[in-house]
Amino acid sequence: MNSVLQYGLYIAILVLLAIPLGGYIAKVMRGEKVFLTRVLAPCERGVYRLLRVKQEEDMGWKKYAGCALLFSAICLAVLMVLHMIQNLLPLNPEGLPGTSWHLAFNTAASFVTNTNWQAYSGEATLSYFTQMMGLTVQNFVSAAVGMAVLFALIRGLTRVKQNGIGNFWTDVTRSILYILIPLSILVSLALISQGVVQNFTPYETVTLVEPIALENGTQVTQQIVPMGPAASQVAIKQLGTNGGGFFGANSAHPFENPTPLSNLMEMISILVIPVALCFTFGKCVNDKKQGVAIFLAMMIILLGALTVTAVQEQGGTAQLEQDGAVDIRGENQAGGNMEGKEARFGIATSVTWTVFTTSASNGSVNSMLDSYTPIGGMIPLLLMELGEVAFGGVGCGLYGMLAFAILTVFIAGLMVGRTPEYLGKKIEPYEMRMAMLICLATPVAILIGSGIAAFLPQTAQSLNNSGAHGFSEMLYAYSSAGGNNGSAFAGFNANTPFFNVSLGLSMLFVRFVPMVAALAIAGSMARKKKVAVSAGTLSTSNAMFIGLLIGIVLLVGALSFFPALSLGPIAEFVQGMA
Amino acid sequence: MELKERVSQMQEKSKSAFADGNMMARAMKDAFVKLAPRTQAKNPVMLLVYISAILTTGLYFLSLFGIRDQRPGYIIGVAIVLWFTVLFANFAEAIAEGRGKAQADTLRAAKRDVEAHKIPSAGQKDAITVIPSAKLKKGDIVIVKSGEQVPGDGEVIEGAASVDESAITGESAPVIRESGGDRSAVTGGTTVISDWLVIQITSEAGESFLDKMIAMVEGAARKKTPNEIALQILLVALSIIFVLVTVSLFTYSDFSAKQAGMSNPSSITSLVALLVCLAPTTIGALLSAIGIAGMSRLNQANVLAMSGRAIEAAGDVDILLLDKTGTITLGNRQASEFIPVDGVSPEELADAAQLSSLADETPEGRSIVVLAKEKFGIRGRSMSDLNIEFIPFTAKSRMSGVNYNGNEIRKGAADAIQEYVAEQGGSFSAQCEEVVKAIANQGGTPLVVAKNRKLLGVIYLKDIIKQGVKEKFADLRKMGIKTIMITGDNPLTAAAIAAEAGVDDFLAEATPEGKLKLIRDYQAKGHLVAMTGDGTNDAPALAQADVAVAMNSGTQAAKEAGNMVDLDSSPTKLIDIVRIGKQLLMTRGSLTTFSIANDVAKYFAIIPALFMAVYPGLSALNIMGLHSAESAIFSAILYNALIIIALIPLALRGVKYREVPASKLLSRNLLVYGVGGMVIPFIAIKLIDMILVGIGLF
Repeated sequence: MNSVLQYGLYIAILVLLAIPLGGYIAKVMRGEKVFLTRVLAPCERGVYRLLRVKQEEDMGWKKYAGCALLFSAICLAVLMVLHMIQNLLPLNPEGLPGTSWHLAFNTAASFVTNTNWQAYSGEATLSYFTQMMGLTVQNFVSAAVGMAVLFALIRGLTRVKQNGIGNFWTDVTRSILYILIPLSILVSLALISQGVVQNFTPYETVTLVEPIALENGTQVTQQIVPMGPAASQVAIKQLGTNGGGFFGANSAHPFENPTPLSNLMEMISILVIPVALCFTFGKCVNDKKQGVAIFLAMMIILLGALTVTAVQEQGGTAQLEQDGAVDIRGENQAGGNMEGKEARFGIATSVTWTVFTTSASNGSVNSMLDSYTPIGGMIPLLLMELGEVAFGGVGCGLYGMLAFAILTVFIAGLMVGRTPEYLGKKIEPYEMRMAMLICLATPVAILIGSGIAAFLPQTAQSLNNSGAHGFSEMLYAYSSAGGNNGSAFAGFNANTPFFNVSLGLSMLFVRFVPMVAALAIAGSMARKKKVAVSAGTLSTSNAMFIGLLIGIVLLVGALSFFPALSLGPIAEFVQGMA
Repeated sequence: MELKERVSQMQEKSKSAFADGNMMARAMKDAFVKLAPRTQAKNPVMLLVYISAILTTGLYFLSLFGIRDQRPGYIIGVAIVLWFTVLFANFAEAIAEGRGKAQADTLRAAKRDVEAHKIPSAGQKDAITVIPSAKLKKGDIVIVKSGEQVPGDGEVIEGAASVDESAITGESAPVIRESGGDRSAVTGGTTVISDWLVIQITSEAGESFLDKMIAMVEGAARKKTPNEIALQILLVALSIIFVLVTVSLFTYSDFSAKQAGMSNPSSITSLVALLVCLAPTTIGALLSAIGIAGMSRLNQANVLAMSGRAIEAAGDVDILLLDKTGTITLGNRQASEFIPVDGVSPEELADAAQLSSLADETPEGRSIVVLAKEKFGIRGRSMSDLNIEFIPFTAKSRMSGVNYNGNEIRKGAADAIQEYVAEQGGSFSAQCEEVVKAIANQGGTPLVVAKNRKLLGVIYLKDIIKQGVKEKFADLRKMGIKTIMITGDNPLTAAAIAAEAGVDDFLAEATPEGKLKLIRDYQAKGHLVAMTGDGTNDAPALAQADVAVAMNSGTQAAKEAGNMVDLDSSPTKLIDIVRIGKQLLMTRGSLTTFSIANDVAKYFAIIPALFMAVYPGLSALNIMGLHSAESAIFSAILYNALIIIALIPLALRGVKYREVPASKLLSRNLLVYGVGGMVIPFIAIKLIDMILVGIGLF
């Protein structure tokens, strides 16, 4: 009962914060005056002057997409170089060497695509300079690019017989200046108040209060405590649905996430912008109900996922109880499957985080998913495989969901005897082709990637477990990359040339194919005329449509992954039942 | 054979397409002809099945040489079912085409080569050169006399005649064709039954209206519509995903089996079968049949669409411009009052009016006889008793009447009678003129009656609103379709009729420019507009409208501007066209939903069966309790093939159509085809599995 209250409270805080934020973002998108304008407008103009951006230019979709791709390509190259030569750069008190080319490629692809999959451990691999100037910068800009593309798509849906869909450079600049930076400053200051570290000092060596004896008899008496500018990176890692931890243990690490309050702030930060964008959408298409409908469809998927995971984790499994590993009776403690979860967070908070982070393409974790129950671990897997559209990443989640909305109106629209339309724009072969690219990029990437990996003999060597659970570990890695999520199931060593390159390519594919397709839809929609609404028009804001949209998202996901899931978590689950 | 008979036979034939033995035989033959790779390549989803069928057949032959992943009997069984799946899809298309082919055959019979009487110019009617009609060129001038067939499409440049157009329209009543004005177009294959016409040919041989019509009903000119292409993109995308699903399943299964120390349980045969089951074959197989059947239903309503796109646009239409006459009101007005003028008594007027109408078989004529009897007790008299000679209405005189005992009674339009009276030396009184004007102002039609040279009075013919139109318009409104009445009446009259008929809006004193502007205004607001038209001056509006139905009786210009031609020239057709358009789209959507929903059950049939060996626990998912992996897969592909045959009648007939709002239509179709699509295969596959096990196949 107590935990149900917790879940309800988290969702309530999230939505209450997201609604006003959505209105604020809509104003920023349209370049209207907001309370920060007085402070930030000079900065904005300065940026444009520095980059020689013509603020008034209205780009066609091809130019917009070209700018987005070029910008991302430059980011990718710079980030890769930064990783490989970090030993030559300042702010490297531990003297860490440059990384391998394949790890550099994987990490660069991962952060540029807003995936933030980490095949490395932050404190053991990266210098402060790489973390700050490389990763933190990407945390901002990759989120801003996602938001910019969404803005362009919204303009495409609302404009009538126009060629332009906005200006990439102003969209990115405004997203960073007016949305991401102010929120990040707030969150990082709050996190510092809770004890998240923020310094440039070298790692400290401390003597253990109680020495530990290893299996081979060695006595461990000292521990190295890593340091660094964590708070500033953690704030944007959460807000920008990035998720790449400063430390290897991500938000389970006490220096990244020390208290229940810091945990609450970080958890809400994961979803606050993606949720707010639904309301922004409604406001910008001049029909709030459209935004609410998309929000409800996403929220219902999220709540469903949360319920299943919560019930599974709270219940644990018969085997766990049998071995005495976990007390699931709930008498001495909150009960449930506590394996792999932090005692300071407990089950409700861990489960909420896990569902938030996988539904939002964030990928930060505060508990170890490898230790979840089979079905409890399947839900995060499934959320990623649905294409990260139940909120999803900043911007990209919503434009992904809008592609599913187009698919839904196509099928449902025909059933009411009209050629399909969304928000008054006719869906023709061109839009259909692009929408299919968006909807199917994730299944294609995951199926091809994991299909090849399953065939290679070295895959088995990277796995911690064998059988169905081992299969889940491998499937999870490709689902995480293919959903641009970045969370890790753990128990899988991904830092090999094959995995680094294949996962990196998979992330790039899933990020940029849908992005270009979304912009193509925006361009084509902007040129169309708007069809009048009548009683014969399919409503895209009523309960029936919300249900259908959820149905289509689940159906595409289920049809693509039912076989894979049956051999992974479902097989593990039914084995446990027997 | 009589033309009329032939037409009725043609309609009979097309109605019973499915039951007709000949047509079935032809469709079966075509199903095999369509196995040609070139034909198959046009339908990507079925191409996948086609390749799968070839692949499994190949696997069977390999298995005979010992290279086998399953027993040969099973592989050939799968191959046969896959071949049948392809054949069933071909058959569906062939049977849909069959109706059109039968219609085309009948039309071809009308298009026999005739002798054309070519003349150098309209002035030299006797300088006839006889050439075959196939040799006629655009611009040639021919003369066609009573009893002869019009050799090609053309424009009447001299003369007036009645023409039997039943070969094209199925309508047996002859129509008048004359030079100048809106009745100047003639169609090749029709027959002149009185008088003569001088015609200038307007189309080259092979490009005539009849040729186009044959090509259209036969489906030869059929192109995929944008909506079909968009749907095909969806189907292809799903198929690609399922190819990836099955290929990756092979490696997954290999991985899982290795971990368990077993051999890979999924054979290529099983995975190919799984792929075919998952691919949206039901809609893939029926998609073109649905399109052809929609076109065919339109043809049966005697409407020819110039493209499939026009039918789809009809489904989207939300503004109907309806001509008042014939659509909203009965085309034939009824006599409601006798108004005598110049001191004539009402009885005298009624008596003359009735006498003049005794032999007049038009509804107006009959209504005059009835009114005279009701109002003044004047009984109908036998014409032979009084030695009456009936003067029928002609296009030239625009009057009808009787001659008896040296008296002449004439009735007709005001200007025609005015001319007639003037010729006789009489005059058209101011009082009569006033009455005529007053009636016209109220939306009625004045019919002036004269005896010899004296005016008797005016018959007030009134518009009668058709029964049921009000309800019809209310239904259309529920579906979001607005009706707008177009009339030449003045605004006052128009408003009265509009209110009575329950249309949403009206355009009074309609001019061609006014119509064009109205259409443009609605289109600018994002509406899609449908209209019918016949005159040359309708052409700009027809060209602007999204769905433009030209009357077959109309001019060549009107027909060219429209994207459909109504052979019956019936103004109410527009409503049927919208229905057919919507039904076509609904059928497409519903069967797509059904096809995709089916996959859920197919997964539950196949996946647990396939992997029970590796993970015995998965048998919990075998909720249908199917006998074995082989029987489960075989039952699923057999169901997959049979469902195509089972749904052919629905594809041809179209799903049930009702005039209800979009949300109600959606929930109904979703329940029937979505939920039904999930449930039916569970039951059917289980049944097939029981039968297969029962007869000892597994």
